[in-house]
Amino acid sequence: MIIEAHDITKEYGDQRVLDGVSLAVEEGEVLGIIGPSGSGKSTFLRILDLIEAPTSGELSLFGEDVLSMQNRWLEIRRRMGMLFQKPIVFNASVYDNVAMGMRYRSENRAEIDRRVQETLEAVGLSRYIKSSARDLSGGEQQRVALSRVIVTEPEILFLDEPTANLDPASTATIEEMVLRLNRERGTTIVVNTHDMLQGQRLSQRVGVMIAGDIMQVGKPKEVFNNPANLQIARFVGVDNILSGRVASAEPGGLTVIEVQGNRLEVAEPPPDGKGRAVKVVFRGEDVTIGVGETATTSARNVFSGSITGIESTAPFVGVTVDCGFPVTALVTARSADSMDLEAGKEVWVSFKASALHLIAEEQDGGDER
Amino acid sequence: MKMATLLKDLFPPYASLSGWSRRRTDRCILGFCLLGSVIVGITVLALANIAITELADPVHLFEVATSSEVVGSILLTFGAGLNAVLLLILFGTPLAYVLARSQPSRKKEMVESIIDIPLILPHTVAGLLVYLLFMRRGWLGAPLSDVGLAFEDAYPGTVVAMLFVASPFYINTMREGFEKVPVHLENVARTLGATRLQTFWKVTLPLSFRHMYNGSILAWGRAIGEFAAVIMIAYYPFIVSTLIYYSFTTDGIRTSRSIAFTVIIVSFAVFLVLRRLTRYVGRYDDRV
Repeated sequence: MIIEAHDITKEYGDQRVLDGVSLAVEEGEVLGIIGPSGSGKSTFLRILDLIEAPTSGELSLFGEDVLSMQNRWLEIRRRMGMLFQKPIVFNASVYDNVAMGMRYRSENRAEIDRRVQETLEAVGLSRYIKSSARDLSGGEQQRVALSRVIVTEPEILFLDEPTANLDPASTATIEEMVLRLNRERGTTIVVNTHDMLQGQRLSQRVGVMIAGDIMQVGKPKEVFNNPANLQIARFVGVDNILSGRVASAEPGGLTVIEVQGNRLEVAEPPPDGKGRAVKVVFRGEDVTIGVGETATTSARNVFSGSITGIESTAPFVGVTVDCGFPVTALVTARSADSMDLEAGKEVWVSFKASALHLIAEEQDGGDER
Repeated sequence: MKMATLLKDLFPPYASLSGWSRRRTDRCILGFCLLGSVIVGITVLALANIAITELADPVHLFEVATSSEVVGSILLTFGAGLNAVLLLILFGTPLAYVLARSQPSRKKEMVESIIDIPLILPHTVAGLLVYLLFMRRGWLGAPLSDVGLAFEDAYPGTVVAMLFVASPFYINTMREGFEKVPVHLENVARTLGATRLQTFWKVTLPLSFRHMYNGSILAWGRAIGEFAAVIMIAYYPFIVSTLIYYSFTTDGIRTSRSIAFTVIIVSFAVFLVLRRLTRYVGRYDDRV
């Protein structure tokens, strides 16, 4: 493990920003940290990059326990790099901006010259080499800022919401640069983002940070489809969260959940054994909606009901159907149009048993037994 | 030029508001101007008063202004003030940075209050404090006089008194400047591998240069205008305020008035130039 953080806490005065965060990152991996704004992601990255010291906890970087040897922080920090959310360039030429890090390391002039030119060529900015960095667009400034980090050849690169202020085209360029860096140089990358899709696009694993703690780490698909708790489910945009209770469970087979008198079949074992209250969560994309006769489908769960609400969340439309319990389906605007979906219309919905995920009812949710 | 712009701002030719509301706005501004003119008026009247009297006898004025005593005293005052400012830059700048970057705490409050002490003390008290500390038998005066550095009635005494009274002006201005440099700019430099000192030297200080300049002007102005604190420890050599006082009590009003008028002209000219230079100092546009 190139980064191992254990039980990291950070307090500013009375405010606890990080509350016992643990995370391990493998060498050469791209790990995304997703979470709402203000959840402590930026503070955590600053701690990992040794810009700030944690209040307590253990941190190992490159296999060394770093918190006990502050005198070596500069040396260790020079093996890492960080890009911030705001494109920050200094009032100097693009060349001078990119050369900054190497000058701090007192590298010789010829070497600086060679590497700056090489890096700027690689990112397609060589024609601006003599321009004032402040005259460039936001996207170009961020590319300069990224080049400024890349040129120092970091072994670990931290990205703190690197594209939050950029347009889609610049975002794509930055993402491509980052992925290429990982592919070609094997740079370990930790990227903070509140954009879940970006988290999914870039990372091999994602960690979800909510209220100062990383609550779940896993492959993006796993986190998005099988959130560990309701807070994560809500953050990753799970559209359907239903309260129910386990009616029956076959070992290694289907679990039947009773939701307001309806029986939902779920292809995973119950979290807490039979009879316990659970939450059934599933994504709107996994729900199929249709009009007229129920189509023959392999989906185990098919219900009919009437539409109670339609909400446009471009490019999709969220259609809520009352089947005795509310189900929200995400369909494309085009198919919503072609089916003439409108409030009050009778439709059927279907979803596979494998699309459903069970979360143990949290304590305040109440055990009904 | 500036006045024309000001008038244009106050009474825009394109003002197309209804006559009533326009008149009202103008009256308000006019009222403010009248109130403000009391302050400016007193200064202008005082200056006009002395100028008219002095310019009536230019030969005498010229004689006094060019006398070696007056020229020497002005140079000494300005030089001692500059010396105090240089010491403030050396010792006050790091202090201002630490204060700007430290979290609010009792300790910090305490240090800030100590820095402000010269501001709230009567100048004679400030002078007495400096005297007691730096006199021949003082806590600092004794060991320093052992190594040949005397403060009583000596140039170092003048400098140290000026330093004491001017220090809050420099330190507080500099601290405000450092506070305005966003920490994330420093973080960018540090993540790029800069040491703390490199970050301070290459990022923070250049961005605070304007505050350093303004703080120095303020402190210098305060230093060269000091009288009470300086005479307590160094009556000699004469700084201008001591010279004017001495001349007032021995030669009478005529000579002291001429010296005063010379000092006014020279100080005004110097500060005008320094203020003009402000526009070329510092690189505000780096603020992100």
